[in-house]
Amino acid sequence: MSDSVPPGDAPFDLDKLKQLVEMMESHGLTEVNLRRGDEQWRLRRGPREVIHAAPAQYAPQQFAPAPAPVAAHAPAPAVAPAAAAPAATAEASGLIDIKSPTVGTFYAAPSPGEPPFVSVGSVVTPETIVCLIEAMKVFNQIPAEVSGTITAILVKSGDAVEFGQPLFRVKP
Amino acid sequence: MFQRILIANRGEIALRILRACREMGIETVAVCSEADRGADYLKLASEAICVGPAQAAGSYLLIKNIISAAEIGNVQAIHPGYGFLSENEHFAEVCHSCNIDFIGPSPEAMGKLGDKVTAKEIAKQAKVNLVPGSEGLIESEEAALAIAAKIGYPVLIKATAGGGGKGMRVARNDISLKTGLKQAAVEAEKAFNNAGVYLEKYIENPRHVEVQIIADLHGEVVHLWERDCSTQRRHQKLIEESPAPNLPQSVREDICKAAVRLIKSANYTNAGTVEFIVDKDNQFYFIEVNARIQVEHPVTEMVTGIDLIQQQIRVAAGEPLPWKQRAIPCNGHAIEVRINAEDPENDFRGSPGRITKLRVPGGNGVRWDSHVHEGYVVGPYYDSMIGKLIVHKPSRPEAIACMKRCLDEFVVEGIKTTIPLLKRILNNSAFVEGRMDTTFIEQKLLVK
Repeated sequence: MSDSVPPGDAPFDLDKLKQLVEMMESHGLTEVNLRRGDEQWRLRRGPREVIHAAPAQYAPQQFAPAPAPVAAHAPAPAVAPAAAAPAATAEASGLIDIKSPTVGTFYAAPSPGEPPFVSVGSVVTPETIVCLIEAMKVFNQIPAEVSGTITAILVKSGDAVEFGQPLFRVKP
Repeated sequence: MFQRILIANRGEIALRILRACREMGIETVAVCSEADRGADYLKLASEAICVGPAQAAGSYLLIKNIISAAEIGNVQAIHPGYGFLSENEHFAEVCHSCNIDFIGPSPEAMGKLGDKVTAKEIAKQAKVNLVPGSEGLIESEEAALAIAAKIGYPVLIKATAGGGGKGMRVARNDISLKTGLKQAAVEAEKAFNNAGVYLEKYIENPRHVEVQIIADLHGEVVHLWERDCSTQRRHQKLIEESPAPNLPQSVREDICKAAVRLIKSANYTNAGTVEFIVDKDNQFYFIEVNARIQVEHPVTEMVTGIDLIQQQIRVAAGEPLPWKQRAIPCNGHAIEVRINAEDPENDFRGSPGRITKLRVPGGNGVRWDSHVHEGYVVGPYYDSMIGKLIVHKPSRPEAIACMKRCLDEFVVEGIKTTIPLLKRILNNSAFVEGRMDTTFIEQKLLVK
């Protein structure tokens, strides 16, 4: 990566960055590449976090600790409603999402150290327990409620999940 | 001071609390149902957590999901807003047992004042007037006559097993009382299998006057003056104002002091409202306490200059009230109208839909508390109020002129609203002269 820029030099335009983030959000853009001469900005928006790449001539460490201005304007808070895109994709390709029926903390396995309830490739029936969601010290066993094969696991143990959040993708 | 608060509510009051927290530098966790997912106001929260389906029973009212959201959201306190879980004793208890502060009264105070019987006991102890009546069932005609003589005509004969307005008749003198008692007993026996009747003073055309109070955790209680909410339809408030028009200063002082006495007696803390009815002789009678922040709190905020929501948070965080009673002003006159998505031409049926155009009034002394915007879809799942329009001017006539001007500027398309009814009320002489009572809208204005 490039050398660090001396402090006080070549100002990083926070206003411009904020405008770009807002524009991306209001127009539903997931990636923006800007280039002007030597200056290049690349911003990529994922389902639940704003990922951005540093313009080429700035040191990565100036960006690495998720700079506050971007985070503050990030449209997607830590536990956000899942972006429309993954769900649409699931339906479009004939897959079904197993969604969280409650609010709490997701656990993939019955207890730490034990193997997870299911993995990618596991075959499930409606009664198959696919995970635990802990709420108010109570561990709720979550049944699949669909039949099929797990194609993707969308969260990991310890993640906070909200009502309706997609947890697993299943090919029926 | 709390670092993070969860707002267990939705719509305009959630936005109100969000704004108060943002000004105080407090992080917020907002909850939403699937119906409210993606609402613009949620973007103002540090985090938004979906807690259930559109039906409130599975989301906004589901204690375990609200508490789970509070846990994963890492909050120190919950503000319940109004409605939903705000007066749910059990919810307040669960918060405490999970080490989360509940921004409101203690479960005990809530319980004491929530029960009509204990609330009346507390009122009696605090020497606060109740609606006079027979202390039990009427045993004989002589007893009834004596009680009526004591409390004064007109009196209301009520069936003890009745309800919802059934089994009530008015008696205006001894003769009508004697015949009324006989008829009421017969009707009650037929309708409710119980001939028991009791007497209550009949308050004709009462005014609804309520007192805003706030109490800290150190024993200090103050009132923030009164609000008149007599303009109602089917027991739903349409317009609220402060101060109450045409109420002598001495009555205002007495009613506010009575409210403070009652609140102190009950060891109530945080914000609350003490409701009274006022008769045509300016006698007031205690009805009940609303143990929460109310919809119409902005009216009080305008005349006192005090941010009630921020003060609720400060009280809950243990801060003492920053003013003494004598320092709390009541400046000018404030009026609030509630704007509902209802069709006045069709018996006020709910009018859900997408707001295709919205032009909100502004200018000197105008405040709009609302979560809606152009493009917002008003759904069918929750109450129909889309916003509160509040004006504050040096005098009541100026406030009325301002409100009329605002409602003329107001444009809402895509849904029906109650704005036409509000305009009619503001142009009605009874309202302009400050002669509103709780029966007026239904019995006079809306009668064709």
